[in-house]
Formats: sequence, C-alpha cells, structure tokens
Amino acid sequence: MNSLILREASRLLVGAMLMFSVFMLLRGHNEPGGGFIGGLIAAIAFSLYALAAGPEAVRAALRADPRILAMAGLGMAILAGLIALLESGPFLTGVWGEIAGIKVGTPLLFDIGVYFAVVGAVLTIVLALKEQVD
Amino acid sequence: MAAAGTRSDAIPLYAWLAPLLPAALFVVFATFVDEVSSGAVFTWIVPWIPQIEIYFGLRIDGLSLLFALLITGVGTFILLYCTAYMRGAKQLDRFTLWLVLFMLAMLGLVLSADLITLFVFWELTTLTSFLLIGYDHENPKARRAALQGLIVTGTGGLIMLAGFIMLGQAAGGYAITDILASGYRLRSHPDYHLILVLILAGAFTKSAQFPFHFWLPNAMAAPTPVSAYLHSATMVKGGVFLLARLNPAMGDTYAWMVILSVFGAFTAVYASVLALRQRDLKQMLAYTTIMALGTCVMFLGAASEIGLIAAVTFILVHALYKAALFLVVGILDHETGTRDVDGLSGLWRALPITAVATVLAALSMAGMPPFIGFVGKELLYKAALAWPPEPLVAISAVIVAKILMVTVALMLFAGPFLGRVKPTPRTPHEAPWTMWLGPLLFGVAALLGGVLPDVAGERLLLPAAGAVMQYRPDYGLALWHGINLPLVLSLATFAIGGVLYAYRAKLVGLIDRLNAALPTTGDRAYDAAMAGLVRLAGWQTRLLQNGVQRDYMRVVFATLAIAVGGTLLLKHGLMVPEVWTSPTYYEWGAVLLIVLGTGATVLAESRLLAICALGTVGIGVALIFLMFSAPDVALTQLLVETLVVVIAALVLLKLPYLKFTGRRITFGRTLDAIIALAVGGTVTATLLAVTAIPIDLSLTDFFEIEAVPGGFGRNIVNVILVDFRAFDTLGEVAVVAVAGLAAYALIKLRSGGNGSSKLSTPSLPEEKQ
Repeated sequence: MNSLILREASRLLVGAMLMFSVFMLLRGHNEPGGGFIGGLIAAIAFSLYALAAGPEAVRAALRADPRILAMAGLGMAILAGLIALLESGPFLTGVWGEIAGIKVGTPLLFDIGVYFAVVGAVLTIVLALKEQVD
Repeated sequence: MAAAGTRSDAIPLYAWLAPLLPAALFVVFATFVDEVSSGAVFTWIVPWIPQIEIYFGLRIDGLSLLFALLITGVGTFILLYCTAYMRGAKQLDRFTLWLVLFMLAMLGLVLSADLITLFVFWELTTLTSFLLIGYDHENPKARRAALQGLIVTGTGGLIMLAGFIMLGQAAGGYAITDILASGYRLRSHPDYHLILVLILAGAFTKSAQFPFHFWLPNAMAAPTPVSAYLHSATMVKGGVFLLARLNPAMGDTYAWMVILSVFGAFTAVYASVLALRQRDLKQMLAYTTIMALGTCVMFLGAASEIGLIAAVTFILVHALYKAALFLVVGILDHETGTRDVDGLSGLWRALPITAVATVLAALSMAGMPPFIGFVGKELLYKAALAWPPEPLVAISAVIVAKILMVTVALMLFAGPFLGRVKPTPRTPHEAPWTMWLGPLLFGVAALLGGVLPDVAGERLLLPAAGAVMQYRPDYGLALWHGINLPLVLSLATFAIGGVLYAYRAKLVGLIDRLNAALPTTGDRAYDAAMAGLVRLAGWQTRLLQNGVQRDYMRVVFATLAIAVGGTLLLKHGLMVPEVWTSPTYYEWGAVLLIVLGTGATVLAESRLLAICALGTVGIGVALIFLMFSAPDVALTQLLVETLVVVIAALVLLKLPYLKFTGRRITFGRTLDAIIALAVGGTVTATLLAVTAIPIDLSLTDFFEIEAVPGGFGRNIVNVILVDFRAFDTLGEVAVVAVAGLAAYALIKLRSGGNGSSKLSTPSLPEEKQ
C-alpha cells in the first residue's frame, strides 16, 4: 500500500499508540487496561506501521524478531511465577516490594510478560502474512 | 559403527569422571549390606502430592540392595569401558549423560518405596533407553529399534499404570509397605485378576517375555556397552524386579503361578532355541538374555521357597556372566572389526586376558562347578523337581534351556578363541585395561561366588529372597550337595550340550527350517500393527482434515450446536427468566447495530463489505459490554475486532476478487443457514437459561473484597488475570505464543499447491474474561 498520507500520518500515530499502550499496561492494575489490552494496542500500532511502511520497517523498529519477543514474554511471565518460589510461596504468588518509593510486584512483571507475548505472537502472524502478500 | 572413531582422539575428562559416580554409590550401598542382611529395612519418604496420597519414597531392603549393588557395580565398569570403546565417538558427552541418567533412573526404580515413584522411574528408564538404543541415530535400524523398544515397553508401562492405580485402590495406598501388608485382601479382591493382567502387561513387555520379546534383539543396535548394561543387570530386569517386589502381595495364587510359569518357561525354551541360530555374537547374547528373563519369570511363579531362592540367585548369576560376555563381544568387535560367529577364530593368542575373562564367564553361564552358575543351576533343578503341580514339565523346560546354554557358552568361547587364526578386518591386539578389567572382574566374581556360596548367600541372596517372600528363609547355599538327582541331571546337561555343539551345523539348519515355518513373528506383527496405525491415521486425517476451511467451520459449529443444544434439550435445561427488565433506548441502539451488521454480513456482495459489517457486529457487542460495566472486556473486544479487520485486509489484498453469484439457494447455503440458526438458537437458549437462575455472587464478592488487600489493585479483572488466577493466564499466554508460531509455520510452509489456500486468517485464541 503506497500512500504518502498514510505513511506520514502513521509515523505520528504509531508513536502515540505505543505510548498509549504502555500507559494502558501500567495503569491496568487499578483502571481498565493491562498487559493483554496494552499488547493488543501495540500490536495494532505496529500492524498499521506495517501497512504504511512495509514489514521491513517494522522489523527494523522492533530490532528483535517478534517470535523472540513472544518467547521472551512467556519467559518473563514464568520468571514472575518462579520468583514466588524463592519466597517459598506457591508458583505465581504475587511478591511485592518497593523500589524508589513505588510499589512494584511480580504481577507487574507478569503483566509485562503478557504484553510482550501478545505483541510478539500477533506481529509474528501479521509480518509473515504481510511478507507473503507483498 | 559410530563407536569406531579415530584412535588419536583424547578421552575427555568427564568420561574418566563418570565411572566414579557409580563406584561411589556402590561403596555407599555396600555399607548397608551388614544391617540389611540381618533384616533391617531402610525407608525414606517425603510427601509429593499428599492430597491424593502420593509420596516420593525410597526403600532399601534385601531385594533392592541386591539390584542396587548390581546396577552400580556393573555400571562402574560399563562407564570405564566406554572411555576406550566410545573413544572419538560422536556426541560422547550426550551419550555419557544418557548412560548416567539411565543408571540413576534404574536405581530409582529398584529403590522405590512407592508404586507411583516406581512408575515414574520405570518410564524414565524407558525414555533413557530409547535415547541410548537410538544413539547411532543416522542408522535407520537403530532408529527403528529405539522406537520399537519405546512403543512396546511404553505401551506396557501405561497399561501397568492402570494396574498400579487399581492396586493402590485395592490395597488402600501406594506405598510398598501398604501393599505388602495387604496381600490377603488383594488376592481375594474381586478385581485381582484384572490387576494382575494389567501389571503383567508392563512386566512382560519390559522383561521381553514371549510374545513381546522381539524388541530386545533389535535393541542390539545400541553400542555394545549399552547392550551390556541394559540387558545384564538393569532395564530388562525391571519387569523381573517388579514381579519379585509384588510377589508377597500378588503371588501365591493359581493365576499367578500358571501365567508366570507358562510364559516364563515357554520364553526360556523358545529363546534358547533361537539363540543357537544367530550368526552375530551380540544377537546370540540377546536371545540368551531373553532365555534368562524367561527363567527368572518362571521361577518367580514357583510357589515354593526354593523356587524363589533359585530365581534370585539366577538374577545374580545372569548379571555377572552376561555383563562380562557382552563386554567381551564388544572387545572382539572393537579389536577385530567383526562380530560374526564364523569370522572369528583362534584369538586367544592375540587377546589372552580377554580369553581368560571369557572362559570364566562362559563356564559360569554353562553352570560348571565351582562357579556361581553351577550353584544357581543346581537350585533351578532342585526347585523344578519340587514344582508343585507339574515337576516333569518344569524340569524338562529348564533342562532344555540349560543344555542349549551349554552349547551357546561353547560357541561363545571355543568359536572365537580356539582353532586356527582367521583373517579379520582389523589386526587384533589385546584391548586396553579399561575394557578387559570389567569382564575379568565379573568372571572372578562368578568364580568367588561359587567357591564361597554361603558368603554370597548369607550377605546378598537370602536377604533378597527374604524380601521376596517376606520371611528370612533358612537355607544354606552350597556348591556340593552330595550325589543327588540335580547333580546327575547337571552331568547329563553338560554331555548333551557338548554333543549338540559338535553337531551345531545340523542343529542350526533344523532350527532355521522350523523358524521359517512359523506363520508370523512378533517383529512382523509389530510392523503390521504400525502400518495399520498409519493407515488409520491417514483415513481419519483425510476424513477430518480435508483442507477445506468451510468444512472445518461447519464441523466446529455443528459440533457446538449439537453438543450444547442437544444437552440443553435432553437435560431439560430450557428456561426463561421470570423477570424481564425492559431495555433502555441506547441498549436498543446497540441491538439494532448488531442486527443490521449481521444482515449486512449475510447479504454483502464483496468480502471487504462482509468483513466490515462483521466488525460492526463486534462493535455492537463491545458496546453492550460497556453498558454492563465490563470496560476491560469491551476494550479487548474492540481491539480484537480492529486486529481482525487489519489482518483480513492484509489477506484480502491478495485474494482474487469474489465473483458475486447471486442469491441462488444451493445445498451448501441451506446447510450453512441451518447450522448458523442452530448455533444462534443454542447460544440464545443457553444465555436465557443462565440468566433464568439466580446468579451466585460469592466469587464476585470474594474478589471485590480481596482485590486490594490481596492483590494490591483496584481493577478486579486485572488482579484476577495477573494474580489470583495467574496460572490460567500463563496457560493462555502460552497458547497465544504457540498459536503465533503455528500460524507462522503455516504461512511459511509453501509446499506446492496454491499459496492462497495457506493464507487463512489465523484466529486469535479466545481470552478469558
């Protein structure tokens, strides 16, 4: 799809959408949002970019292969579960602590893992499809 | 053969370190001998899944100690042997790891104090032996043998698991002590015979009893040290061990006696006859292993004290001579480049130490005095003569097997070592000490065991037999019992065995003709079964996976309608809520949007229009979620709709333009309409039925109360997703990631055909809300 308007507009849009996706991810614990929703927004942002500027541009922007992102996300989610074992709780029990006055816990790491797994999985499909179609 | 590498390769350090592990374990187990031989039993149990009464437990008694000493003792020399035999072999690190893992799995099996623990280790030996047999994975024969062993013993193991569970239920626990204590209750249990058959399926496949014996000779595709280990002291003895372990609880019934002795005796005779006709020394040993296993099984079926002592003694006898002989065959193969019976002759000059080791082991195998083989054989004869119902049948079977063992022992020693020197592919030299030390020590141990039978008996064999019968037998093992019937039979055995050796060529011809007359063999039946399985899979794949997307959708939706709708109808689940709240005008708006979208989807004249219209339906549904205060669900719904449209748009760019074919009524369309209406009706009826019954809010209340104190979050949905039910989410995320990979593979897979059919829209897995 070779549209100048789409390409130029998407540059602004994609950045804003990615920021919004992180916002959704982080606020998810208290307001509507979370890793799944944030991941979907990011995936849509990159899909839009793939439509406008081609899959190579997306791969360059991502730096890592989306398959790796998906697996890394899965790994993060598992890691978040394993941390609980160190605290001798059952797998995936939330462990909370404070870093620089901000409350953080393994559920956040878990949610970030979900975010990456969703982005990675969707983009694996979208980019492969786009490359197949082009 | 993969083992024959270049000689210049250095032996890696880990190969030298590996034998130290079993050696250290052997020493540790040896310290238990004193206390165990005076009747002590050591158990160590930790809870595993206590909710369903499953414990991880280890137990050292006479039986497990005998096996543990054999496993670690033989294992030490096998691993030492590997340093030379496997020198320069490919992936030696992997091989060594597998062999050590196998050894540990086998140790776990014999030390288990709990049936479930035993089963886990049992399967671990199956898996590790699969890897070991298939070590030479570039050889299709090795691959087939590994798979065959896995399928035969794995299937048996699964059947056995069913038997274990029933046994545990019947005995009131999975601990060995519980089972041993409930013998009477088990034997009179209505399911006793079923349990027995299920467990025997596992034991007989593992211990290669007829008709499941065929995988064992094929498993000789493994490197020789593996064969020596798996088929002397370990893997195949697993079944024998299990029968010995369960004997006090399950044994001593008519069924136990008949099944074990008939299968065991037939296996022993059949295998010893087939052993004679083998041209490959390793194959010959494989069949004698089956013979030995048959003998062990047969005597474990004996309902007499002496029979069980004989069985336990024979386990030790066989482990010593068989490990030695396998390793000797490995030396011959390694030094001369062949294992063919006819290709080897006069090697005693070139390999004097190996020849000595072979003589010792072969004499014990033939049952010559003063070896432990003689003690074992006398016990077998004595027990067979005292066989309660049919002493004549029992003694005939044992004598036939033993005569043929004398012949095979002669073939194994006299063939390769005596006579004139024949040229071999490689000029033979004596093997390095690491290779001959094991066989020589096993031979010496067989000699010492025979010279000092009361020591071996008091320290090892009688405690082991005691564990099998649950009381310490008062019996003295001895070399010399005076002139009696077993001794006369022994002399006759040597004589006939020797005569048969002299006429071996004629005998082999006769056996070959008989074997050719058999209608089928286990191996061929296995092939037929596997081919049948492939045909069945092909038939059902063509039926269910025909590659037409529309058919898949029809099957999925029709199944949904029939399964859910049918259940609703049959179980009288159709209900309507008693109280109706009238919808507000904006709710009517969302409904109108959905109805219009649906109509437009059905009537659309282009794909793009249909997909956009379907998107409208999705947005309408999202609106409804929003109105009923589920913003997370609505958000997700909207985003997924957006993504689906993006992906569909991507694919549509490539698809040929859909030619609008009018609104003719065809069979396919009628079918689709029926299925669509049925699914819609089912979902509507289900929702009505669900809303008709008062909703249980206790879970909602729990989460509302617990979200902030327990999960530190105010968004209940998210707290549930990432904390309370994070394990579910983890599973779903894994599904998402795997679905992404699977779709990727499908897209990239362009094996012929038109590419467009590969471009199906991958559906996102439904997420939980």
